Order: sequence, then structure tokens, then C-alpha cells
Amino acid sequence: MMASSYNIKEEDGHHSGSSGPGGNAVRTKKPDNTAFKQQRLPAWQPIITAGTVLPAFFIIGLIFIPIGIGLYVTSNNIKEFEIDYTGIDISSPCFNCSQSYSWNTTTSCTCSIPFSLDQPFESNVFMYYGLSNFYQNHRRYVKSRDDSQLNGNLDSLKAPSKECEPYRINENMPIAPCGAIANSMFNDTLDLFYIDPNGTRTPIPLMKTGIAWWTDKHVKFRNPGGSSSNLTAVFYGTTKPLSWPKPVYELDTDPENNGFVNEDLIVWMRTAALPTFRKLYRIIQKKNSLTPTLPRGNYTLDIVYNYPVRSFDGRKRMILSTISWMGGKNPFLGIAYISVGSVCFFLGVVLLFIHHKYGNRNNSSDIPN
Amino acid sequence: MLRRRLNRLFGGDEKRVDSRTIYVGNRPCPATETFIPPKFCDNRIVSSKYTIWNFLPKNLFEQFRRIANFYFLIIFLVQVIVDTPTSPVTSGLPLFFVITVTAIKQGYEDWLRHKADSEVNKYPVRVLEDGQPARKDSEKIKVGDIVEVVEDETFPCDLILLQSSRDDDTCFVTTASLDGESNHKTHYTVPDMEKDLQSLSATIECEQPQPDLYKFVGRMHIYKPEHDPAVRSLGPENLLLKGATLKNTKKIYGVAVYTGMETKMALNYQGKSQKRSAVEKSINAFLLVYLCILISKAVVCTTLKYVWQSQDGQDEPWYNQKTEKEKGTILYVKMFTDFLSFMVLFNFIIPVSMYVTVEMQKFLGSFFITWDRDFFDPEIEEGALVNTSDLNEELGQVEYVFTDKTGTLTQNNMEFIECCIDGFQYTAFSSELDSFCVTDGPVSTFQEKAGREKEELFLRALCLCHTVQVKEAGPDELGGDQVDGPASEPLRPAEQRGFIASSPDEVALVKGAMRYGFTFLGLESKTMKIKNWQNDVEEYELLHVLNFDPVRRRMSVIVRSKSGDTLLFCKGADSSIFPRVRPEEVERIRMHVQRSATEGYRTLCVAYKRLSVDEYAAADAGLREARLALQDREEKLMAVYNQVETAMSLIGATAVEDRLQEEAAQTMEALQGAGMKVWVLTGDKMETAKSTCYACRLFRRSTELLELTVRTLESGGRRREEMLHDLLFDFHRKAVQDAPPARAGVNRSWSSANPEYGFIVDGAALALVMNPSPDTNCSRYRSLFLQICQNCTAVLCCRMAPLQKAQIVKMVKNSKGSPITLSIGDGANDVSMILEAHVGIGVKGKEGRQAVRNSDYAIPKLKHLRKLLLAHGHLYYIRIAHLVQYFFYKNLCFILPQFLYQFFCGCSQQPLYDAAYLTMYNICFTSMPILAYSLLEQQIAIEVLLDNATLYRDIAKNAMLRWGPFLYWTVLAVFQGLIFFFGVKYLFSNPALQDNGQVFGNWSYGTIVFTVLVFTVTLKLALDTRHWTWINHFVIWGSLAFYVVFSFFWGGIIWPFLKQQRLYFVFFNMLSSVSAWLVIILLIVLSLLPDILLGVLRKPRGPHTQQIAVVTPLSYKHLREHY
Repeated sequence: MMASSYNIKEEDGHHSGSSGPGGNAVRTKKPDNTAFKQQRLPAWQPIITAGTVLPAFFIIGLIFIPIGIGLYVTSNNIKEFEIDYTGIDISSPCFNCSQSYSWNTTTSCTCSIPFSLDQPFESNVFMYYGLSNFYQNHRRYVKSRDDSQLNGNLDSLKAPSKECEPYRINENMPIAPCGAIANSMFNDTLDLFYIDPNGTRTPIPLMKTGIAWWTDKHVKFRNPGGSSSNLTAVFYGTTKPLSWPKPVYELDTDPENNGFVNEDLIVWMRTAALPTFRKLYRIIQKKNSLTPTLPRGNYTLDIVYNYPVRSFDGRKRMILSTISWMGGKNPFLGIAYISVGSVCFFLGVVLLFIHHKYGNRNNSSDIPN
Repeated sequence: MLRRRLNRLFGGDEKRVDSRTIYVGNRPCPATETFIPPKFCDNRIVSSKYTIWNFLPKNLFEQFRRIANFYFLIIFLVQVIVDTPTSPVTSGLPLFFVITVTAIKQGYEDWLRHKADSEVNKYPVRVLEDGQPARKDSEKIKVGDIVEVVEDETFPCDLILLQSSRDDDTCFVTTASLDGESNHKTHYTVPDMEKDLQSLSATIECEQPQPDLYKFVGRMHIYKPEHDPAVRSLGPENLLLKGATLKNTKKIYGVAVYTGMETKMALNYQGKSQKRSAVEKSINAFLLVYLCILISKAVVCTTLKYVWQSQDGQDEPWYNQKTEKEKGTILYVKMFTDFLSFMVLFNFIIPVSMYVTVEMQKFLGSFFITWDRDFFDPEIEEGALVNTSDLNEELGQVEYVFTDKTGTLTQNNMEFIECCIDGFQYTAFSSELDSFCVTDGPVSTFQEKAGREKEELFLRALCLCHTVQVKEAGPDELGGDQVDGPASEPLRPAEQRGFIASSPDEVALVKGAMRYGFTFLGLESKTMKIKNWQNDVEEYELLHVLNFDPVRRRMSVIVRSKSGDTLLFCKGADSSIFPRVRPEEVERIRMHVQRSATEGYRTLCVAYKRLSVDEYAAADAGLREARLALQDREEKLMAVYNQVETAMSLIGATAVEDRLQEEAAQTMEALQGAGMKVWVLTGDKMETAKSTCYACRLFRRSTELLELTVRTLESGGRRREEMLHDLLFDFHRKAVQDAPPARAGVNRSWSSANPEYGFIVDGAALALVMNPSPDTNCSRYRSLFLQICQNCTAVLCCRMAPLQKAQIVKMVKNSKGSPITLSIGDGANDVSMILEAHVGIGVKGKEGRQAVRNSDYAIPKLKHLRKLLLAHGHLYYIRIAHLVQYFFYKNLCFILPQFLYQFFCGCSQQPLYDAAYLTMYNICFTSMPILAYSLLEQQIAIEVLLDNATLYRDIAKNAMLRWGPFLYWTVLAVFQGLIFFFGVKYLFSNPALQDNGQVFGNWSYGTIVFTVLVFTVTLKLALDTRHWTWINHFVIWGSLAFYVVFSFFWGGIIWPFLKQQRLYFVFFNMLSSVSAWLVIILLIVLSLLPDILLGVLRKPRGPHTQQIAVVTPLSYKHLREHY
């Protein structure tokens, strides 16, 4: 590492190893006979051979294939219904709404899309909205938030982080919540109605809570000044984000779901990984075990169309899905497990064949000494 | 440096002339009217590099000169200046860590140097002031001061010896610290110096400081009031060098001539040039590849970003508008900063930590060499020494071994074996060494005798012609008798006296003479006393010593006997003696000399000459004159020597045995078995060297010898050049063209039936090959010569001058394929080749410590080379090669998902992983297992490596770091990176992964990828580990556990200093999702699958692997039994 340096100490005939450990043993220079220093630590010396790997391949195959089948079946049993309500098509009921696009229009446009479910949805049904070609993972977007403000810090409320630019201050008032993410919060309102065979529209109750991570709702996001105080007063001196129709303290009437702890906001603030994503919107609770949550039949989706996506060629979807232990419907995992398991099993067979045919010959011929 | 430059500025006049004038005692002299005290530098030694004030800037500057550090500094600065995706901390922290650690290390080393300096500079010395010794700090000595030094003190500067407390105007010094020779050397006072130094008025004229320790010319003018100025010549024998120690002498006075940084010791201290290992070169090549990958990635991303942005509504959608500043910047500036941002985002592909880890691995790894008990030699009570840890892995790559003969292959433990007087051979006491009788013993053993006078003359010659000193065993000697060589052998009752000499041959000869009954009693004030057969003491006045030097290869003394005869005795190599004696005497002796030489003995011929009064007067005058010369003294002396040493008559010859080192033959065999070519480079004569080669089994009976020596060149009776031409082509045809087409060398099985060739070349022939006369095509000869050498199993180069040794090494080093060379030697004459070769090994032999000082590694014995190369070298190479490949691999598959992510985030430089993960990945999560691996791995047990030298060939030619393996690792990394990214991407096609329907965001995505990454990369190393000690277990599983614990911790708290709580409970939520678990397991298994598969498929193919597989468990069992 370094050239032995000119060192007067060294000059007296005894060479005191400049980089060696000679320093600690002045007189008895014989190195210690420890297993570590002599590189003789007892060691386990595994060797990858056909003999050890073959069972591993078979075991992996035997474990993965059933898991894969289980996953695949589970995924297939999940019921999912998806509807695109962007209104690109002239025939679509939302075409008009999508044309009169602007994110700061005051008048809201409504449209309703009828659909029918072929199969009943059992147990809890989860309602998602999905956006496509929406780059929530764009760097400028991801960092445009102030977690300290959202955590209820009063200083940050009045003086948001610079990261929020250009959604930081409007008309000399700090924006709460600041930043591009909050500013572009999804604000379509989706309502679901069951059309009885006799034609009456029964609204389906949609639960607004339980859609965000518990820790987000209770720890990471907090209203300034504690939960008990008057939100309107707390947010005095701040202004609403530019594209919001209402200030943050009017997001909901329920005080537990208002302000920064509004779950729609929290869900939106968790930026999606990919430009095509879905976010949990509402939960349809199971009524009882006898009737399915969403029976077969006709439904309408009523949309208050606020959220413009056509400017960036985006799509909006509404998704209804049941959930299993593995989450939402995704056949990928099951297929992947089955394929990897099969590959392992197949390799095991091939290796067994090779090992059986060539392995013995190798062993007998190749021992020179 | 600066000091020296300043000196040159101020002392400009003084520098230009090639001598300096010193006023002894700093007193003006009558001859010079105006006394201007000349300016010389003070006696301060400065070996430290820094002061407190310049440490920080200078050290930082030096550190950032390293290309890697500079690169990371640039990245850091870019992060600070430009708005980049990752915070400056991610690269600043590791960089800061590296710089700090290095700075602390260097600062500590410099502090040690400061301490050593001040110890020397503040050392109290006594300077004569007005006749009284006054105490002063050593640094205060000025040129011209008269300094008093007492016994066992080191000289504080270079002194001219003025006065000694010994009667014979001599003093003894050891120069162990300068050149490693621990024998006592005699130095002489300036002749005819008056006793009263106080009244001395003199000037010294001497040459400017120069580093050669053995050269000094000067002249002293002594002014006496009533006389003409007297002039005395000064030579190296008058000069006492700083650093040497006064021995055997009570007190001396000397005048300082060179001080401080101008002393010969300081001038000799030059940092060794840095050697770079082949692995480092590979690293640099790989770095270049990765730099290209990095740049192309950044270019691709930047291009794509602008392509993507040019689409409608993508550049600035309503939900994600730019700030005013961003809108304001010019497009090209923006593109450039984007490019820089991408560079920063992907910069982890070139890991700063690799340098730290490699340095640590090398530094810590080298301890295993010093710790190895097998390298411990009980005789000298020392183990191996590592001077540089940069070259550990180079030990596993050696292709050419250049070994010195004397002291390396042989023990340099001389024993007088036989002699030949006047053609009769005396080989009596080879077996009865200890039981001889002083008076009549030899007589009985002389069976076939020469004339008695001849015998006596011969033995007198042996007793007189040398520079041996008798060691005085006085009570004051207790502290100072750590002398080397035969002198320190246990004293036998019969020979109470020990001998001290610079060459062990001389001691052997004097002892040999003693056994024949002629005992050298010592040299006292120019009188040599010897005890003859009759127990009479004969006295001879020593008139001149014509010193030995390697060019003349002989030495002589001129003595005057009691009877008044003036005799010249000369001894030297046969080739230098034979031309100088009467030809008719030669033939009878030559036969004996050659026979002794073929038996592996070192032979010397002894001649004498009776000088007439006139002859002596002429010689005496010539010698005195030459010694006074200021310029070309060496040449003038040489001329006089040559003139005197003529027309001598040959008396006889001696043969001294130099025993082979322990296990020399086995070691050489093992090295050859390992595919290394062993070249013996020696200054010795051909016959002796050849016999040593046979003894070491470098040449076998079946080996066909190709000789290119002066003898073969002159045998044809033609011009040397023509003969050289013919021989070269002849040998070339034999050894190269007729050799089987399969490449000789590495691939050849070494028990093959091909004829083996041994090549012998001597210094003169080599000089012809290297520097032929201008009309011949010299480069052709060189390449022919090289090709012949490369196709021979062993090459012997004899009669080499030290520089020729280095020349040979250099030639091989620079030949095609630039093979790795190793030089091993023990003496000062091997230093040049040790410095020249890629790896220099010093043997802690008898010829002093100079080789050890200049070597990269020092071992006590030649036999240790085998373990050093076959075991340590092999393991270090495997370890470091794996380390390097693994580092590039793990960083490529670390960064590849991040790169792929850019395609899905609009090329916006959004990092996939959290900053903490980016920073910690190389520092904490994946660094310890590979460090432990690179210190402890033993893919093949050490015993197996030692027993199967052929295993060394598996890693020859940098096998694990060539483009093939590099490509394999890169492909593996790309494969795994793709799997990590797309596996998780397909999973995230539906981000609702929890059983409560909640969705995961981008940080969860990154965390899943990162978890798979950390586990895969660590488990991949676990798969490669063949030697699991508890440390490996601890570190591998510990790292994984640490990652999990850290993630919990990092995500479990709202960190007040973080602007964004990105990872808050992300890891926890990830673990609560079954799908995430399943995908992590799946991706890890899938990523490791190809490696496992290749591990299985690769095994049966290699020729040795089966053997290893068979042997390793056995050796493991053997290990078990050991405990």
C-alpha cells in the first residue's frame, strides 16, 4: 500500500516490518499459531455437484408448481370489472364532458355509463379508479410535495418547501397542501347505482375510509394544530391548490376524514410506480353472507367529470374488483411460478439423465493419482 | 524539494562548479583573503511530506490526483451544482469516508516520519567550538563543523575523519543501515594529520553531493604558518557516512562535508517507483467499459427524454408544470444538465467502494503472509516481510522467475573444499573439518605434494591477500557483535578468533589456510601477522590493497616481508587471472579449475609476483598519484592496477563450496511444474552456475543445452558476430521452429516427451545480442534470442553485471504478451532486477539487507517461494479477481433496473431506490460478505495447492479477469437486472397487492426490487463461496439481517431531517403482502438458477476439477484431524 518509508527507527539493524504486524511482538517474532492467522479456520466446504443440485431442482419444481397453480386459480377466481369512461369515442356518454375540458372550469359536467355484471361479486368489492399515461412517477412530480406540511407542521404550512414550486405560493399565500401532486388530485366523483329489473336505481353505499395505509392516515398525515381544532381556522392564511374547487378543509364533512387526513388525498399522495396505475377509490362492504355484494344485473356509473386527461392522451377507468389473500387479480405470479417450477423440474430431469449417462464414466476414468 | 530548489537559487555559483570548498572549523584560511562562509543546507533531515499547515490542501490535492477519486469528486460537484435526482449525500458520504480514511492513514504515517525526523534532528551531538566540545542539536551542524562522535553512535552527517582514538589512525564503522552490510569496515584518517585540531587551518575541496555510497573524491589543503600548504587526497575510506555507526573505536573527530538533505544517505533515499499489478490494469480496462456503458446510458436516456417530451402534452402536462427557472433555461443547457443528471443517477455503476474494498483487501490480506508460520525461519528468527501489499495477486500470475544464484539458490555459506597448488590437488579435510591439528595435520593430508616452498607461498598468499579483519573479542564488544556470516558461527576452541569480511569467500579462504596451518593473526597498523607451521609469527608490512571490483574480478595486495622482499599477491576469477600469468603455468591449473567448477564449487586462482625495488617505486608512485586525482580517479586507478597486475606467476587455485539452499531443487521443480520459466541470472562463472542448475534440477540429464557464450562464439575461429548469427539461427531452428506446433509453455504437459532445451548465455554474448555493432540487424537478434529463451525450459545467464540482469528482466517484461516477471535475490547486485521485475522478492540472506529493502516481499529462504506463489499467490489472485468481477457485477445489476425505470417514468431521472438504499448498498449491505470472501476464500485447500503445482496454470495469464469471464459476469448482471425489474413490473401491472385492496406506490416498487437485489447478490456470493468459515456465515447472514433490520428502522420513524418520508412503513407494508413475498422468492431463485446450472455443467469438463473434488473433502478431513 505504501512504499516503506525512510524511517530512522528502521536504521538500527533490526528491521521492524513496516507494514507487517511485527510491532506487537517485539522479541518473539514467531507468528502466532492461531487458526485464523494460519488460514486454517475450520470451514464448511460445499461443492456444487450434480448430486447436490439435482434434489434441489426437483424440490424447487415440486414446491413451485403447486404454489403457481394455487396462485393462478386464486387469481382466476378474483372477479374484476373494468370500464373506460374517458369519453374518447363519440358514442360514449362522457364524450361531451371530455370535450369541454379544462381543469379550472367551475361548472361540473356529469355523465353516466350503464354496464352490467355477468357474475355476482361476493364479499367486499373494491372500487378503483385507473389512469393511463399519467406520469405520477415523473421526477419533477414525485418530489413536488412537502411531507412536513402534510405532517401538520405549522411552519411548513405557512412556508412550504421549495420543492413545491411552482405550486407553492399563490397570490402571496402559501398553498396547502402544496406541490404538483396535491394540486393534481383526482377529483372525479364516481357513484354506482344498481338498476333493479324493475328499473329503480338503488345507490350502492360506498365507503370512503380504509382505503389508505393505516400508518399514513394516523402518523404520516396529520392536520396542523391537532385533530380537535377548527380546521378552517388552522388553514387561515393559506390558499387552496390552483386546480381544486374547494379548500382542503372542505374535502369532507367528516372531521376524521377532512383536511390533510382525507383518505382520497392520502391515496393520491402515494405516487404510483408506473404511468398506468390504479388507486383505491371506495370500498363496497359486504352486506351479509346471503346476498352477494354486487349481484348480477345492470348498473350505472354516474360520473362528475372534472378531471381532464385528454390533453396528455390519458385514459380514465373505473375498476371493480374483489380481493384475495394475494391482492388483486394478477395472473403473472401464478404463471411465473408454474413456469419456473416446470423449468426446474425439467432441468432436474435433464441433469439426472446427463448425470446418469456421463457421470459414472467420468468418475471411473478421471482419477489420475 | 523546495528547499533544494532554493538552494540552487541562492547557492547558484557554488552549484555550477563541480566541487565545493569547505573551511574546516569554519575558520578563514590564510590562502584565501576574503572569507565568505559558503552557504550549504543545514543538517536537518526532512523526510516528512506535510506540515500542519499544508497537510489538508496538499493531501487533498494528492488524493484527487487519483483518477477514481477525481471522478467521484466531479460527480459530487455535479450533484451539488445541478439539480440532480439524488442528493449530494449519496455520493458525498462515501467519498468523504474514503478521503478521510486515507487522509488519516497518510497523516499518521507522516506523523511517524515527523517523529523520526525530529528524533534525528534533535539528537544531541558534540561540536568542537574553540577546542571544547559543545552540545548541540544535530540539526544545527553546519558544513565545516568539527564533530565528535563516540563509540556506537551514528554519524550525524557525512564527515571526513580527522582524528581517531585508535593508534593506527583508523576507525571501524558498520553501514548496516545504509547498504545492509553489517561487517565492520575500516576507515582511515586523513594521513599525517596533526593532533591539535584547534589550530588546524585547512580547506577541503570535494565533489558536489552525489548518491553513490562508495564514491568520494576530495582534496584537503592544510595550511601551516611556516610551510607550504600540504595537499592530501581524500577518498571513500576517509568519509564517514551519515547513518553509519562507529564501532570498536572510542572516539573520533570529523569535519562535516555534507549535511542534511545532501548527505549520501538522504540522497539515496528515493521512493521506489510504484508497481501496478496486472489486476489493476484489468480493473482500469473494465472501468473504461463501464464508463462507456454509463455514458451511453446517459446519452440514450437524454435522447429518449427529449423524444418523449416532443410528443404532444408530455413535456409539461397541466398536472406537472415546470418552475419559472426551468422554463427560463436554454434548451441546450437543459439537455446538458439532463445528461449530467443521468450520469449522476447511474454513477453507482462505478463504485467508489470498490477502491476502498480492494485497498482493504490488499492491506489486510498481506497480513496473512507475515503471519504465516511456514515462512518463519528459526535461524534468523524472522518471518516473511511485506513491503508493499499492492502486488499480492501478482504472486499468482508469475510466468517468469529470475533467480540469483549465490545466496538464493545456494546458501552463500562458503566452505573451503579443496585447493590445487602447482597442479597438485589437495582435498583432505572435507570430512574431518573439526579435528585437525595445527602443526602437522595438513602435512599428513598432502599426499601428492608440490614443493614445500610452493605450498608455503600459496598459504601465505591465502593469508595475506584479503581484506578480512579479525574480530576483537574485547569486553567492550559485547553490544556490537551482531556480525553476519561465518564469523558469527560458534567459535571453536582452536580458533578463538572470528573473522569479518565483506565477502564470505574470503573468510572461507582464510579459514581454509588456517586449517592448513597458516593462521592470520590480524592487521595492526599496516602490519599483517600470520602464524606459520612452525608457530612463528611472520610479519608483513601492508603497502597497498588493490581492491576487488566486479569488473576486474580480482584483488591484490602488495606487502613487504621482513626480509625486505616486496610481494604482490593476487587472487581472482580464472578468466581474469589466466591472461596475466605466464601461459605455460596455466594448463596444469586450468584442468583443476574446470573440474572444480563443474562440481559446483566457486574457484579462485592465486598468483603472485615479486616486485623489484624499481617496479615497486613505480607502482607506488602511480597508485599515489591516481588516488590523489580528483577527476576520473577510478579510471586512473584501474589503469595502474592493470599495469601492476601483470606477468605474475600462478601458484594455485582454490575451490569453495557454496551449498544449495534447503529444498532448492524441489522448489524449482514445483515452479516449473506450475508453468513458470526459471531463469538463473548470476555473476558467477558458467561452469559453477551450470552445476548449480543441474543440482537444482533446472537442467536434467535429458536437457539439451544450447550454449551462447564467449567460448562457443570463439570456437569457430571466426568473427564473433558471424558466429553469433549462425548460432542464433541454429538454436532458433532447434528450439522454436522444430518444436511441436502446440504452444510450448503453459499448455504443455510437463512430462511430455518433447526434447527439453536449456539455454546458457553469458554476459559478453548477451552484450553482443543486446547492443550489436551497428551493421547487423539488432532487433532481429533480440527477437530471435527472446524466442529461443521462451522455448527453453530453463535459461542460465552467467557472468552478468547487475545492470544486465535488469536488462534481461526488462526484455522479457516487455516481450509479447507482457508476461509477469518475478525476481528473487538476496544481494545488492540483485536490487536492479528486483526493482525491474513486476514482483521483487528479497531473500533475507547473508549479503545484507539491501535486496530486502528494495523488494516487494522478503522471505527468509528460497524454499518459501513455493508456498508464497503456489498457495498465497494463487489464493490472492482468485480472491481479488472474484472481488473485482463481483463488484462490477453487483453494481451493474444494481443500476440496470434504475436505468430501465427511466423508460417508464418519462426519462425524468426519477431514482428507483430511495437515497438511503443508494448510499448504503455498497457501503453496508453488500460490502462485508465480499470483503470476508476476498480474505478467507480457499477454493482449493492450501495443501492441495502445494502438492499440485499444475493448479497454478489454471489461473495463468490473468485467466479470471479476461474478457471472457468479464462478459459472463456482465451478462449475468444484465440477466438478473432484467429479471429484477420486469419481474416486479409485471407484478405491478396490478398494484393492489395487499389483502385489503390498498395499492403500492413507486417506493414500494423500488424497495421490492432492492430487496430482491440485495438477497440475490449476497446469495450469489454465498454460492461462489467454497470455504465457509464462521466469519463468512456471520457476515453473509449478518448482512442480510442488517438489511432487514435497517429497512424496518429506516421506515419505522418519521425522520425529522428528511424532506420526504418516502419509505415510511413501505418495507413493513411490503412484508405484509403475500404477493411481494412470493415475487421476491421467485425472482431470487430465478436469478440464481443459471449460476447453479452452470456450476453443475462446468464441473465435469475441467481436467483438474474432478481431482479437486476428490481431494478437497480429504483435505478438509485432514484439517479436522488437526483440531
